[in-house]
Amino acid sequence: MYNLASIPPRCLAVETVACPGCDLLQRIPPLPSGGKARCPRCGHLLATQPSDPLDRSLALTIAALIVFVIANTTPMMGLSAVGREANTTLLGGAYQMWLQGREITAAVVGFCTVIAPAGYLACMLVVLLAVRRPPAPQWIGELLRWANFMRPWSMNEVLMLGILVALVKIAQLATVIAGIGMYAVFVLIVLLAGIMVSFDPREVWRRVEWAAGEQRIPVADATSGPGRAA
Amino acid sequence: MSGNELTAVQAGLVSCDTCDLLSRPAATVQPGHCPRCGAPLEWRRHQSIQHTWALLIAAAISYVPANVLPVLTTNTLGSSESDTIMGGVIYLYTSGSWPLALIVLIASVMIPMGKIIALAYLLITVQRGSIKNNRDRSRLYRVVELIGRWSMLDVFVDTFVVALVQLQPLMSVEPGLGVLFFMSVVVLTMLAAQSFDPRLIWDAGRRRQVAHG
Repeated sequence: MYNLASIPPRCLAVETVACPGCDLLQRIPPLPSGGKARCPRCGHLLATQPSDPLDRSLALTIAALIVFVIANTTPMMGLSAVGREANTTLLGGAYQMWLQGREITAAVVGFCTVIAPAGYLACMLVVLLAVRRPPAPQWIGELLRWANFMRPWSMNEVLMLGILVALVKIAQLATVIAGIGMYAVFVLIVLLAGIMVSFDPREVWRRVEWAAGEQRIPVADATSGPGRAA
Repeated sequence: MSGNELTAVQAGLVSCDTCDLLSRPAATVQPGHCPRCGAPLEWRRHQSIQHTWALLIAAAISYVPANVLPVLTTNTLGSSESDTIMGGVIYLYTSGSWPLALIVLIASVMIPMGKIIALAYLLITVQRGSIKNNRDRSRLYRVVELIGRWSMLDVFVDTFVVALVQLQPLMSVEPGLGVLFFMSVVVLTMLAAQSFDPRLIWDAGRRRQVAHG
């Protein structure tokens, strides 16, 4: 499982982790490309080793930002019934909800479909650009924290399924036309999934400038304690 | 539990929630800040059990009006018709698209209910200091965290139906108060899952070990 005594102190600071799922101390072994490390006790996914964790993520992030703009500016879907036509964009849906007096619901829909994905992509873009020249500045840690916060609230794939169900519902009443925006949302889902698979936050943390300075590597002086306890 | 299983707390180390760096805390009561990323350090998420219970109870209360109150009201030339969440599922089923009806049923009815029950089970077993099925309970927590967002499905469906079907005076659809409560259930259960600390599941075993040895 792990043997703290055999690990040189400098490595210990980086490669020994406590599982976020159960607090068990363990060493993440060098992973092959595409490999994954899970906690042996609780099964929490501890680390992945994508083949190209920074450049590929950056390329996908830039592509996703372009598609995101398209998804938000072109109509998602249109409808025609008895000679009348209507169409809506992504934000148009939330805006109509607001007009109908459901302001809180509209705000949450807007947050989950537009603000959270935009925030996630913007944070990732800055982090991935800043990390290209190590040591990366300290403030990118804050941005990565924001990206992590936004990620569960960015619900593009749920939105996509929601649009499909809405289309089926409305198709009973009127003719529905799928717009460019809908295809753009679909591409965006694929790109966002690609970013999450190809990105390795450990690579960013390895390159970041330490808040407390390199000298105070805190675990280095703690090696003897847990080593003997084991 | 074998002897070579050592947790960070037992070793007097604290793991950063943001960057996973293991460090020696500045002091036992106030662990201070992560030396690498500068985030405040915590042994366990702050008042995890209290916060999770509070959010979960709020979600359970909102679950009732979310299912009883209408989510959509359709107005067609003088007549109006209201639909609840279940009504929407039945409508999809009777109009011939049973796969979609099943998806909506799972996302809107079963997932929110399942999440509330699962989180309550995790909280109760942690509070009772249970040491059984730890691995399964950890897995249950990860599933709850993963699928929670899919419940938002119905809110998006309602949003786009409302946005498109505005053909006054022939036909229009209005969102009902049920949407607000349903969205509250989804957001509150997501926040409850985020405030629960899965490490608490494993802490009971450590306490027993200390008590007996």
